[in-house]
Amino acid sequence: MTTTSTYGSIAVKLMVLLIAAALLFAPFLFQDVRSVEVAARICIFIVLVASYDLLIGYTGIVSFAHTMFFGFGAYGAAILLKQMGPGWGPVVLGGLAGIALSLVIAVAIGLLSLRVKAIFFAMITLAAASVALVLASQLSHLTGGEDGITYSAPDLFKPATKLLVDADGKVMKIAGVRMNGKIAAYYFVFASSAVLFALMLRLVGSPLGTVLKAIRENEARAEAIGYRVVAYRTFVFCISAVVASLAGTIYAVWLKYTGPETALSFDIMIDILLMVVIGGMGTMWGPVIGATLLVIAQYYLRDLMGVAAEAVSSVPVLPELLNPDRWLFWLGILFILLVYFFPKGIAGTAMEKGVRQ
Amino acid sequence: MTQPSLITRDLTIRFGGHVAVNAVSCAFHPGELTVIVGPNGAGKTTYFNLISGQLSASSGQVIKDGVDLTRMAPSARAHHGIGRAFQLTNLFPALSVLENIRLAVQARAGMGWRMLRPVRHFRVLSEKAEHFLEATRLGARAHQPAALLPHGDQRKLEVALLMAMEPDVYMFDEPTAGMSLDHAPEVLELIAGIKRDTTKTVLLVEHKMEVVRALADRIIVLHNGELLAQGDPAEVMASQLVRDVYLGKSEGVA
Repeated sequence: MTTTSTYGSIAVKLMVLLIAAALLFAPFLFQDVRSVEVAARICIFIVLVASYDLLIGYTGIVSFAHTMFFGFGAYGAAILLKQMGPGWGPVVLGGLAGIALSLVIAVAIGLLSLRVKAIFFAMITLAAASVALVLASQLSHLTGGEDGITYSAPDLFKPATKLLVDADGKVMKIAGVRMNGKIAAYYFVFASSAVLFALMLRLVGSPLGTVLKAIRENEARAEAIGYRVVAYRTFVFCISAVVASLAGTIYAVWLKYTGPETALSFDIMIDILLMVVIGGMGTMWGPVIGATLLVIAQYYLRDLMGVAAEAVSSVPVLPELLNPDRWLFWLGILFILLVYFFPKGIAGTAMEKGVRQ
Repeated sequence: MTQPSLITRDLTIRFGGHVAVNAVSCAFHPGELTVIVGPNGAGKTTYFNLISGQLSASSGQVIKDGVDLTRMAPSARAHHGIGRAFQLTNLFPALSVLENIRLAVQARAGMGWRMLRPVRHFRVLSEKAEHFLEATRLGARAHQPAALLPHGDQRKLEVALLMAMEPDVYMFDEPTAGMSLDHAPEVLELIAGIKRDTTKTVLLVEHKMEVVRALADRIIVLHNGELLAQGDPAEVMASQLVRDVYLGKSEGVA
């Protein structure tokens, strides 16, 4: 948190730049459906985890309701896309509805409980998130219950849409990639995530960002020198809820499906927590690294283990250990090692290393 | 006589059955440095907490320039010109010395809600922060986290934060506690500098008698939460009552 720059912080920024470049060119670099799926999920989770880091890392607020706000945005768009049919109208309206609901709930939770002790606040968010989850499964005529909702995205994002056509009227290919609606959908996800991330980066570097850190460091003193702590906390809780809600809307448009599993479950909350802890709290670079690593691990560790098990098939015991079905076991070990060697997360720990003279 | 800038009227706080500060009425004037003395547990820090808002009074009032602050949060009182330094070092530990000071400057400027431009674009804030950094001779430490400073420098930073708030009323709670002999005079010189500004009101809790003699315009004595005596330093310290409760029996400070 000091202003002295270290080689570690340069390394972290390079890593982030590399991830950004990989995401920017993902459809061209990795030309299969699954990879682009992974890239889009990384984009969304970077935004979602970064918005959570505003709370936990910058301001020191522990909330378990982050997926609830994500879900509001996702369900807002999903319900309207289902009811009104594909188009930009339902996306915008649904997104706005998600934001509005998130704001109302965030202000209510914030004003009612940000004055009380951190543990009570965390419990209240947990309760609110549980209620949202139950409601989503109960109001099944609206939300599709446990099955969720399947719908169509705006026409622009349909695979049949031709963004660019060549002389013959066929979809133009650039570097072997078809310029169709799928590409448009990916770049919609990428661009909107990039804008949201840039806004958060701007926020944490502003005078307001310094106040948030001051509240995290010493709430009583921040109040004593003249910052109304409750107001700042409620505000950042709202900002973070709105960003999470927008991320949910974007994800809903991308997936063309919204259900408890993709938008509301506590598994997502746990993923967010793991990503922010592994990446590093209190720096915007942490969520980038954490989200990228975890999503890649979730998608590819099984494949990797399959290959590894194959390679050592002649050795006893080893293939058993490396059986792809045991991927969660290895993921767990990976987490323990990461937390052990990077107690402040990858970004947080690395940025302290290699002080420049 | 000037108008008092700060008045406490029958200020009282009870913790259960215990009355920690009992009906203390006192006026503090600009250009005047009042030292608050009293044995440990007399309620000096509690009295400070009631004025700066860390505690809410059970009854009575805190009035600053005619405005009743009694029900206000500490942050609102800070905006009304009440500034407070703490007895136990109370900083932003992971933030650098300069950032600590800039936060106080920024609070004073009312710029905490600016969120669209980077901090470094707000030159006014940095320049003022640099000013207070130099005034408290912490320049060499500017970029170190506050937590890593030696104790004496942390005490100085505590004072720097108060100065950067540019309040009307400065409240120091044992500013030189635990400081080495070569550091303490620096802090006392800073307080003397504030005292020379006749628009500022200074309240100082201090045990060291040489400090009291050097700086005090007036002394008030608290004992068991009550205002026991007030007035000219020499007279108050000479009175038999004060000698009994404060100097003689309780602590044996000479």
